[in-house]
Amino acid sequence: MPSEATRLTVSEVMTLEAFADTIIPGERRYATDRAVAGAADGGGAVAAGAVDLMASEEGGIGGLLPTLVIGLNDHAQAYAEKHDRTLDDSVPAFVALDFDDRTALAAALMAPGTDEQDLWVPLAMFSVMAWDTGASVHTTEALAAGHPGLTTMGFTEPDADGLWRFPDFSYRRVLASPHPHTTPSGDPA
Amino acid sequence: MTAIETTDVVVIGSGFGGAIPAYRLAAGGARVVVLERGPWLTGEDFEHDFKFGSSSTRAFEFTMGDGMNILGGNCVGGGSVVYFAAMPRAPRYAFERLGGAGRRMWPAAIDRPALDPWYDKVAESLPISRQDWNDVTYSGGLFAAACAHAGRTANPVPAAIDRAKCTNCNWMMSGCRFDAKRSLLLNYLPGALAHGAQIRALHEVQRLSRIDGGYRVHFNTVHDVDYREVTGSGAIDCKVVIVAAGAAATPAILQRSEEDLGTMPAAVGRYFSGNGERLNTAVVDENRVREVLGLSRPDGRAYEAYQIGKGPVCATWDWLDENLPEFHRYSLEQLYFPPGFGTILAQVRDATGPTWFGAEKKEMLRRWQSWLTVFIMSEDDNEGVFGPPPETGNADRISQQMLSRGPLRYDPTANTRAAWARADADVRDILERDGLAKVMPWSDEVIGAYTVHPLSSCRIGDDPETSALDDTHELRDHPGIFVTDGSSVPGALTVNPAFTIAALAERAVPGIVEAVARRGVPVRYVAEPPEAVSSSRRPLLTQA
Ligand SMILES: Cc1cc2nc3c(=O)[nH]c(=O)nc-3n(C[C@H](O)[C@H](O)[C@H](O)COP(=O)(O)OP(=O)(O)OC[C@H]3O[C@@H](n4cnc5c(N)ncnc54)[C@H](O)[C@@H]3O)c2cc1C
Ligand code: SF4
Repeated sequence: MPSEATRLTVSEVMTLEAFADTIIPGERRYATDRAVAGAADGGGAVAAGAVDLMASEEGGIGGLLPTLVIGLNDHAQAYAEKHDRTLDDSVPAFVALDFDDRTALAAALMAPGTDEQDLWVPLAMFSVMAWDTGASVHTTEALAAGHPGLTTMGFTEPDADGLWRFPDFSYRRVLASPHPHTTPSGDPA
Repeated sequence: MTAIETTDVVVIGSGFGGAIPAYRLAAGGARVVVLERGPWLTGEDFEHDFKFGSSSTRAFEFTMGDGMNILGGNCVGGGSVVYFAAMPRAPRYAFERLGGAGRRMWPAAIDRPALDPWYDKVAESLPISRQDWNDVTYSGGLFAAACAHAGRTANPVPAAIDRAKCTNCNWMMSGCRFDAKRSLLLNYLPGALAHGAQIRALHEVQRLSRIDGGYRVHFNTVHDVDYREVTGSGAIDCKVVIVAAGAAATPAILQRSEEDLGTMPAAVGRYFSGNGERLNTAVVDENRVREVLGLSRPDGRAYEAYQIGKGPVCATWDWLDENLPEFHRYSLEQLYFPPGFGTILAQVRDATGPTWFGAEKKEMLRRWQSWLTVFIMSEDDNEGVFGPPPETGNADRISQQMLSRGPLRYDPTANTRAAWARADADVRDILERDGLAKVMPWSDEVIGAYTVHPLSSCRIGDDPETSALDDTHELRDHPGIFVTDGSSVPGALTVNPAFTIAALAERAVPGIVEAVARRGVPVRYVAEPPEAVSSSRRPLLTQA
């Protein structure tokens, strides 16, 4: 995919990564990783390709990303002032927040009834989808490459033809009594 | 100027409400054209793949609204292609509901015994079969065992699935690769084609206008990958129109037609119901499942089988009780939702931070194979209202496929919320007993409520104030326009609705046949079921 991600600046990518990492956190990719806060073991949304998915042509929100990044960093700046945080200005403001502050800010931005909930929830949804489904690549390829989300969730490998089949699927036992009024066709009365 | 094409009947939408009349009218001799906004996918088009652009997004629609989000089909076959095929009949009392207005919501002509012969027709045509305990998947079995442990009953749910072909792959929402799910691609739609009907994919109807002796149906054609792109437009003239775009889309077409057709009945785009839907997700304790319920799989594991199966297979119907008051009746059905839709809104029990995202959510996701999802179908207050229609279609598309934002507003009433709370408490009572699991309802604070069962936005009834259609499904004051999809159902059913939608469509057909005949078309009612086919592969000749 000639993704629009290539057109994002380094600091835009960092900001979006930090947001995605707040939604499904992961371990740092390298010792000096700033965007990923390292708040959980194993790869998180960033390692799962969240920014590729956000920027994908299919997703349709790529064009909005630069504006969202500005908004997110403005909110981070205001948050820092309000809570007396000193931000390292060598990185975008949202990236400069620690994980707990990023979490608190993301929660506030996505709280019900707030003006901008409609902007941030879709961004969070793309982050979740990147980790839970790996939707920027074929699922079989994602699994073969050890996709962090699908493998952590224990999503099983397909058969050799890339399709899933579960011949062992049932306890094969009567496990409850049916409702006494069940009709002969098996329906509710 | 190119001449405008003429036919006898145009059917808008190819889901249950569209496919059934399309078959019966074509079989009876009418010329039928079906316009479907989505693509025509069959057989190998149905991929086991979450990638954007695979059938999981091509065939699917997720429309975000204000307080209500709707999931549905967007392809030839409509919801039947992506649905779970759980097909119970609605309980007797559902037809007797009074609802907010305090009088019977359903037309006097319809109750369960009156609908049973039409249910039978659908059951024979799809077909639908009773399931037994050998068909019940691990997750369904676990739910049933937990119900029994709590002193409740549980039923295997009748399904439109060919058990011999089903691999329990749980890719239902991407369409069935194995043609095991008895979608409309295997019965009514090929039946309609065999009788000369035409199905035109990627044709999105925008509005209707009046012509001498009938209606003109105006459509756009849409790009086969990027549905946001309009590739052309056109119109077809006909004598009778059947609107079956689904409860999420039918109102927009009618509202947009007002300018030419004149005022629509007040109930068009009002009284929307989400079928009282709500989900709970449990994370089960594998040891307790073994110790308390005595369950184990051949390989020794107790459960760890969330991914295995065919959607919902077991339900408890203990509260489908006509002696209970409204808003106290609901069914609980075990369910599988794939990652993505099925994980985003699930909440962590006893979280110290955010419940639906963050570090604790990731921990919950590590135990995904030990999840069990329970589907609540309860009674709501028909409180959904559609705002003015968007420029095209039923929603503004955000992504190339699947994701859009529409004008539905839904602010759940105290009745609806109380019904959800009762059912939530019940799910917890069943599943948290003796430490079996930890349960939380899905968050309704992120995007509001959600439904895969949109209903009632253009409903039948006897009262012209609160129903847009009379009991023949004809749109009031607009003769020759019939609505036969889920929007015609008066209210929540407390069970999966597709069987009832289909039965109502079957029931409406004889009246529609008469209306078409009255307009000079030689057509008769045909009672035979469509010939069943075993492959959804599209016949080459029939694509227009
Ligand atoms: C994931 C999922 C699982 C489900 N599982 C079950 C289940 O197990 N049991 C059950 O009973 N129900 C289930 N349902 C619900 C069931 O699918 C619907 O109730 C049913 O399909 C509704 O039928 P309908 O005819 O009203 O509309 P649909 O089947 O939605 O058909 C409407 C059709 O119209 C098309 N359309 C929309 N707008 C236009 C336009 N402007 N022009 C042309 N075409 C248009 C749509 O693309 C669609 O194909 C499920 C739904 C989903 C999404
Ligand atoms: S679970 Fe069965 S019916 Fe469902 S998609 Fe898979 S094979 Fe088809």
